Amino acid sequence: MNEKFAIALQVNGDSRDVLVTARETLLTTLRERLRLTGAKRGCNQGVCGACSVLVNGEVIRSCLTLSVTQTENEIVTIEGLADDGRLSPVQQAFVDHGAVQCGFCMPGMIIAAKALLDANPRPTVDEIRHGLGGNLCRCSGYVKVIDAIRSLAEKVLA
Amino acid sequence: MTLPRHAPVGNAVGASLPRIETRDKITGRADYTDDLTRPGMLHGALLGSPYAHARILSYDVSQALALPGVKAVITSADLPDIRFGLLVSDQPALARGKVRYVGEPVAAVAAVDRGTARRALQLVQIEYEELPAVLDPQAATASDAPILHEGFESYRMQFANPGGRNVTSTATLAQGDIEAGFAQAEVIVEGEYETPAQQHMYLEPCAAVAEFDGTGKVTVWASVQSVFRSQALLAEALALPMSKVRVIAPMIGGGFGGKGEQTVEIIAAALARASGRPVKIALSRDEDMIMMRSRHKCRIRMRTGARKDGTIVAREGEILLDGGAYAEESPLVMAFAVLMMNGPYRIAHAKYAGRVAYTNRLRAGAFRGFGNPQAHFASECQIDELAEKLGMDPIELRLKNAISEGDRWIGGHRVDSCSLRECLEKVRDASDWTRRRKQMPSAGGKRRGIGISAVTHVCGLLGAAAMVRLNEDGTVSLNTGAVDIGQGSDTVLAQICAGVLGVPVESVSSGIPDTEYSPYNLATGASRVTYIVGHAVAQAAERVREQIFVHAGEMLECAPDDLELRPGGRVGIKGVPQKEMPFVAVSGRALYAKGGAIMGTHSWKFDGDMFDPKRAAFSGFNLEDVGIHCFGAQCVEVEVDEETGKVEVLGVWSAHDVGRALNPGAVNGQVHGGVVQGLGYALVEELVWDEGRLANPSMMDYKIPGSLDVPYEIHPIILENPEPTGPFGARGVGEMSLIGVAPAVANAIANAVDVRIRNIPATAEKVLRGLIARGTR
Repeated sequence: MNEKFAIALQVNGDSRDVLVTARETLLTTLRERLRLTGAKRGCNQGVCGACSVLVNGEVIRSCLTLSVTQTENEIVTIEGLADDGRLSPVQQAFVDHGAVQCGFCMPGMIIAAKALLDANPRPTVDEIRHGLGGNLCRCSGYVKVIDAIRSLAEKVLA
Repeated sequence: MTLPRHAPVGNAVGASLPRIETRDKITGRADYTDDLTRPGMLHGALLGSPYAHARILSYDVSQALALPGVKAVITSADLPDIRFGLLVSDQPALARGKVRYVGEPVAAVAAVDRGTARRALQLVQIEYEELPAVLDPQAATASDAPILHEGFESYRMQFANPGGRNVTSTATLAQGDIEAGFAQAEVIVEGEYETPAQQHMYLEPCAAVAEFDGTGKVTVWASVQSVFRSQALLAEALALPMSKVRVIAPMIGGGFGGKGEQTVEIIAAALARASGRPVKIALSRDEDMIMMRSRHKCRIRMRTGARKDGTIVAREGEILLDGGAYAEESPLVMAFAVLMMNGPYRIAHAKYAGRVAYTNRLRAGAFRGFGNPQAHFASECQIDELAEKLGMDPIELRLKNAISEGDRWIGGHRVDSCSLRECLEKVRDASDWTRRRKQMPSAGGKRRGIGISAVTHVCGLLGAAAMVRLNEDGTVSLNTGAVDIGQGSDTVLAQICAGVLGVPVESVSSGIPDTEYSPYNLATGASRVTYIVGHAVAQAAERVREQIFVHAGEMLECAPDDLELRPGGRVGIKGVPQKEMPFVAVSGRALYAKGGAIMGTHSWKFDGDMFDPKRAAFSGFNLEDVGIHCFGAQCVEVEVDEETGKVEVLGVWSAHDVGRALNPGAVNGQVHGGVVQGLGYALVEELVWDEGRLANPSMMDYKIPGSLDVPYEIHPIILENPEPTGPFGARGVGEMSLIGVAPAVANAIANAVDVRIRNIPATAEKVLRGLIARGTR
């Protein structure tokens, strides 16, 4: 049960060698082995979305994903969004619209927002609300998060 | 206590700046407690009681200790025999002698990893003798109910007024002659209202890292709302002097009141002491929900009488709160609810009584609103019920009876500033009340309605201090003990400091809350940080301003009174633009020529009105001068599906008089968040027990609102009638936006479908039952 496997994970463009147990979640591997603590453990049950990362561009729950199954995939975490210190457009929009309060849900929320906009660059408010439906926030009431994403949709239009 | 009336210098005050730590939060760089690691760190896990009420007969930890990787196993046998608690000292760190709720921490293990620690918990053997449990506060007060705290009479009590079996505290408040009052009433409404145990559900579960150094001093990093309360609790529970306890708040992922008293920091420290290594405890979500705390569940009976013209002449009521197994803030929550039951109305004859009882359930403690959401639910629903019986518009009834500036709250506290009327009118206009009130047509099978509530709260509580230092280069260092739990206090306090001194906000560095270096602050809570800590910050910055003027006066050869601060950290002679100098010149002189380092400090405690025995009869209010009254109004439009009872919220208008919006964006964010948390309280959230055991301790089974559950159309309306004792006129807003939501929702449902919900959450099932009982209209 505690036997460790040496695997390589593609994380944020780098190949990272880690020793993991078979039952180890990607969330644990990211946070504890790779010290990428941006993804958070809010419920460890797949409900809150704070653990969300991108795997091949899709949002997944790292708390419900086994690391040993991810060796063929490209994993992007919140730490991988900023390009050489420059915030990505989604991150910048969250700053500009004051969408961030305690911030604990925000890495997951931003990952979900990015995936939403990558798939649908001009979402309606309703599509945005649906796109965020898997990310719980207790502080913001979602209003400014929606504002931030709308502003990016409008930028595409403009 | 009134603050100097200088206008702010520069653009800091009133700027809708994002949180100053936003970038770290959105790049994953910010360290929350579970992101921290210390060399040699062990992981701790807690064992919870399987029984709601039982005597602990024996412990056998030998098997657990023998598991490879386990470095320490502790029970209360390994801790000083001390009970602690802010108001009633009734809590041990680990259950001692008895367990009083399912999930109460009984033992703890520190091991090389979380998995080993959890496995070791299974090996801890505890012998219990199960006792009959009491699971209802009314039943708890019966003469033959099992007693939870046998030693209650011997407990140290700071703010409690006990009365009766298992009753932690009582309070009464009365003015006028209640019999005479109701004799004058031509219309009377009476009802019983029930509100649930709401769970804080901060996204970041409770966590702490503790480490002892070679001198026997412990440093604790913890997700807490007060480093000073945490320090005091640790010192007391571990029998250490406070000089040997240091508490640091890393980034905090929300609190809402649930992280104000002990979480896991005492146990983490005890494990660190026992194992000789740093220990981290990070609760899982279900552990957090089972072990920590909730809002007080309550029942309120209330009766209001009015004359036919709508003048309210009498109101009386009783509230019974379920305090759970340990007191925590229960006496104050209950007393505050009693104080607020009157509502912001002129009622000549009033009589209220409150009790909070122990039960063998999860302890109840502080949660945004602190007894006031419960009181408002009853009060503001009943006002609407009265309006209906009188045939009056609910806003008109409120306006007719609303208190005004210069009136006194029941008990005698002066209400120096009261914009309640203005808030009600603004919300009425913004929501297009009259049109929406006519039960707007909607898609087949659905009906719309709109409801309102007046909102009153008190913001303040005890004291805080601040220190402002001028750096050598003219930038500024700000230290307070304020913990930013996500509400934005670091940012706003920096804005206040920047606004006094005229420096850019980026030039103000904010120290992290650390009992080693930070001046005292009670806690984050009671909507008090902007108001109480901000006041201290403004005063401390004023002291720096004064010293700058002394130096600059000598350097520019003029009187200090001739000087002014200019944006960008400069000081110059009024009316003489070319005569000025940057702060760096002033601090250089102070450090190297004359006077010494420039720094300012200020410490204060809120001193307000006490209860006036000539105006009211009262008991059980051991903390009388809490803070300043704050007013608002909230309006909710709903659409009710008459087939299913499901309530959808279409829009919310939420007006709050914040005195001065130091950061309007942050105010709006607080309103959005409080409204949504209030919608959860009103419609879907409640902890459910199955006998003594929580039935829904997970995010799967206890729903908080998601983006699809709440409207995008949440409209904060900011009013600014300055508070003379607040920094630049500001008062607090943190709790206000939650407090009036539930009654506004219930009132809207009543408007839409003539179903009066008196028991929240107003789930579809409850509304449907109401629709069935109502029959066809």
